[in-house]
Amino acid sequence: MTVPPTPSNVVPPDLTTSKSVKTVTGITVRLAGDSGDGMQLLGTQLTNTSALAGNDVATFPDFPAEIRAPRGTRAGVSGFQVQFASEEIFTPGDTLDALVVMNPAAMVTNLADLRKGGILIANVDGFNEKEFKLAKVESNPLEASVIEETYRIFKVSMTKLTRDAVAEFGLGTKVADRCKNFFAMGLVYWLFGRSLDTTLRFIDAKFGKKPDVAAANVAALRAGWAYGETTEAFGESFQVEAATLVPGTYRNMMGNQALAWGLITASKLSGKDLFYGTYPITPASDILHELSKYKNFGVRTFQAEDEIAAVCATIGAAFGGTMAVTASSGPGIALKAEGMGLGMILELPMIVINVQRGGPSTGLPTKTEQSDLLQCMYGRNGEAPLPILAPRSPGDCFDIAVEAWRIATECMCPVMILSDGYIANGSEPWRIPDVASMPKITVNHPEGTDTDEPYMPYARDEYLARPWAIPGTPGLMHRVGGLEKQDGTGNVSYDPANHQHMTDTRAAKVDRIAERIPDQDIFGDPTGDVLVVSWGGTYGSCHTAVKQCREAGRKVSHAHLRYINPMPKNVGELLRSFKTVIVPELNKGQLRLLLRAKFLVDCIGVNKIQGKPFSVSELVAAIESHVADSSSATADPHSSANGKPKAESIAG
Amino acid sequence: MLPVLKAADFASDQDVRWCPGCGDYSILAQMKKILPDLGVPREKTVFISGIGCSSRFPYYMNTYGMHSIHGRAPTFATGLKSTRPDLMVWVITGDGDALSIGGNHFIHLLRRNVDLNIVLFNNRIYGLTKGQYSPTSTEGQVTKSTPMGSIDHPLNPLSIALAAEGTFVARSIDAHVKHLGETLKRAANHKGTSLVEVYQNCNVFNDGAMAYAQEKKQRADNVVELEHGKPLIFGSKSDKGIRLVGSRLEIVNLADVAVDDLLIHDEKEPNPAIQMMLARMRYPEMPEPIGVLRSVEGVATYNDQINEQVELAKQKKGVGDLQKLFSTGDTWQVA
Repeated sequence: MTVPPTPSNVVPPDLTTSKSVKTVTGITVRLAGDSGDGMQLLGTQLTNTSALAGNDVATFPDFPAEIRAPRGTRAGVSGFQVQFASEEIFTPGDTLDALVVMNPAAMVTNLADLRKGGILIANVDGFNEKEFKLAKVESNPLEASVIEETYRIFKVSMTKLTRDAVAEFGLGTKVADRCKNFFAMGLVYWLFGRSLDTTLRFIDAKFGKKPDVAAANVAALRAGWAYGETTEAFGESFQVEAATLVPGTYRNMMGNQALAWGLITASKLSGKDLFYGTYPITPASDILHELSKYKNFGVRTFQAEDEIAAVCATIGAAFGGTMAVTASSGPGIALKAEGMGLGMILELPMIVINVQRGGPSTGLPTKTEQSDLLQCMYGRNGEAPLPILAPRSPGDCFDIAVEAWRIATECMCPVMILSDGYIANGSEPWRIPDVASMPKITVNHPEGTDTDEPYMPYARDEYLARPWAIPGTPGLMHRVGGLEKQDGTGNVSYDPANHQHMTDTRAAKVDRIAERIPDQDIFGDPTGDVLVVSWGGTYGSCHTAVKQCREAGRKVSHAHLRYINPMPKNVGELLRSFKTVIVPELNKGQLRLLLRAKFLVDCIGVNKIQGKPFSVSELVAAIESHVADSSSATADPHSSANGKPKAESIAG
Repeated sequence: MLPVLKAADFASDQDVRWCPGCGDYSILAQMKKILPDLGVPREKTVFISGIGCSSRFPYYMNTYGMHSIHGRAPTFATGLKSTRPDLMVWVITGDGDALSIGGNHFIHLLRRNVDLNIVLFNNRIYGLTKGQYSPTSTEGQVTKSTPMGSIDHPLNPLSIALAAEGTFVARSIDAHVKHLGETLKRAANHKGTSLVEVYQNCNVFNDGAMAYAQEKKQRADNVVELEHGKPLIFGSKSDKGIRLVGSRLEIVNLADVAVDDLLIHDEKEPNPAIQMMLARMRYPEMPEPIGVLRSVEGVATYNDQINEQVELAKQKKGVGDLQKLFSTGDTWQVA
């Protein structure tokens, strides 16, 4: 038996195209197929390859909540969108330049996003009567004349070509057919001038132990590339030059990974081992998967029996002097609420992460939404304010995690991080920081004494933080608990004046964090017609929309909040410096409610609850409808037709 | 040389506020009495409780302590012990706290075998919320919330603990102070999760519910004290015993049956089948067992294992280096 060639023993030929190459500034492509077709893998590979080519990249994976939704149906369509560009980008793109579809269901559910004249590549082997029935289409959607007229369509017999390409390895049909995503990948790589190297390395690492499968995937990948090069149908391919980014060493980074790495970094910077107590839930679970790999960094992960156990074990670890973190998504955060209230009154430092998803209840587990803001602000019994930070992009999750731990230890309280599914699963290039130059996080535990005087566990510093005396320290024995405590001693107290005092003190402690955080920055002028205020994962769309409006001469600026509670000191002043304040959110107007209540400034909401992020164009339209010269605006701010976001004013 | 501590050294400066005559006082007193014998400094001792009358316990101890939320004490203790294996951790809980709202955590603590000690005060009633029936209340018990009698079948904490593969399962009685102290001490010395169920009288809402076991006069006939390697003998005249016949236990008179035919208690038997049969003995049909039903050594603890994995990972991969981590995999330079 001969050993089949594997990526490591095959020298890749120099793959340069002989056809004409058109240089463009950016391309948005979406890969869509059945949830078993390997579209997420394909997308991730394309992302990594593009990042390594020096492009700025942004991605948007979109998958069904079911592990394997019924094959071939619209519910089972799994998609992965990536934009790669030679300039700085902030979103995975609005309209698609190219769409690759593996079956009719993928085509009909995604075609609306393909721009006119865009490239549609279809695996025609996936287009047959059986598939039409599954996709609930009456006839072959590829044959509609409007399709031919509107798009540049390429019908490729991917399944058959893949089978031919891998025939020599003697795999079963099922295994052979599974290689067709690599064929599609090869074709996409040819079309966009991507190198095969990264993916060849990936195949080697992933399938190295199954040499026949590895060799088949390599063959399929090369066959896809060769198909693009040889077939007459494709007249040209495209080239995207490297982007000009801040100098440094980069890697691709997903949001949940960045959170995990940020937590590990904060643990190192503070000289504290990390305890992570959690219960699996989409889309937060990947933080657990990531952290559990790094036990050699002193990370202890605890997969609890439920969400309540997770938050409570976290508090137990915090009481013991460890850096303690718990994470979940909205439904799990609801279960953790009582524990979070206890952590708050115990005044122990810890981090609670909410990776938001569509709600309410189980809602849309795999889709994004920002509707847990008020839950995190107010969703606990009693007066229980907590600091809240929100990352604005996948890479920003890293910095937010470090910042959250700094605040938690300085102020001695649980700190919340509000991420979302869009950030968690999205990715972008991340400049690797120099760890040695990152500021340390100083954590002090009071030293022991040999006196038998009762210890004062609730004595406070100038920022109202109490000392973090930990078990094992002689002479500082004390008891904490959920019953109201007497200031200073921490003893149980039902004294009415003390309860008022402690409630005020705990609130003031959170408010004083504003003294330690930077002022709110602004993109654009400090005054003007319209201020767009956003928070969390909508940063990229809002920033790009404001940029476009400014390039069109509009007096529009953008303030993106990373600190939600407390807000930076100058937010009120900023709001009052513009004629109109627009607050786009993937909820019914939760930040808008806070801004109006806190600053008595009218704010106009742009609100979308579709499990999808904002597109830049819909935000541009919403902004345009509110610029000073509204007579020229064409968009109807109150229109909610066609699934467009509904712009509304509380005042209206 | 450790300073010699006395029971009084473990008393906090807080006034104890249980109802006069409450069985909790006895448990508190026994705890303070045995702690100096364990040789663990006060600052290395932590009491964690949930909610209920019993759960005020940590406030009365001059150690570290946490009065937490209803039913969840096992989880706080798990997080603490996993990260601070150097501490001696006690979970103080009641029948409502541990078995109703905290039933889930109770089971998982036992199956993980975290090295800590649970003391479960069982008075078969909700005391703090003033007199509703609890998961251990007897069927038909009339309480504020069950005027026509409880229709819930009661839970047996020892059966649950054995079913969860608990490595140390015991029962004692508040009024049987010597036995209680000895049992607590044995629990403290066990490596792994220890459970001591303590029959505790609520003289306000369920007075005398366990008088059959608490009152000295009745106890001898209604309770069998288990001792490892000894036959099960009970009765005021030590004239009765327990014999295993087929798959059930029966009471025999020692006048009729030789001592050699009695069941010999084996607390170290890993198969909990017979221990489970003992746990299921209920008054008035059978004498109820007190003492250590099960004490199995050598089962790995959760806290040891979570920390061993960290050490093993450090040995295998080296102590984590952030800069190295960030640079693994595909990276690229921008000049």
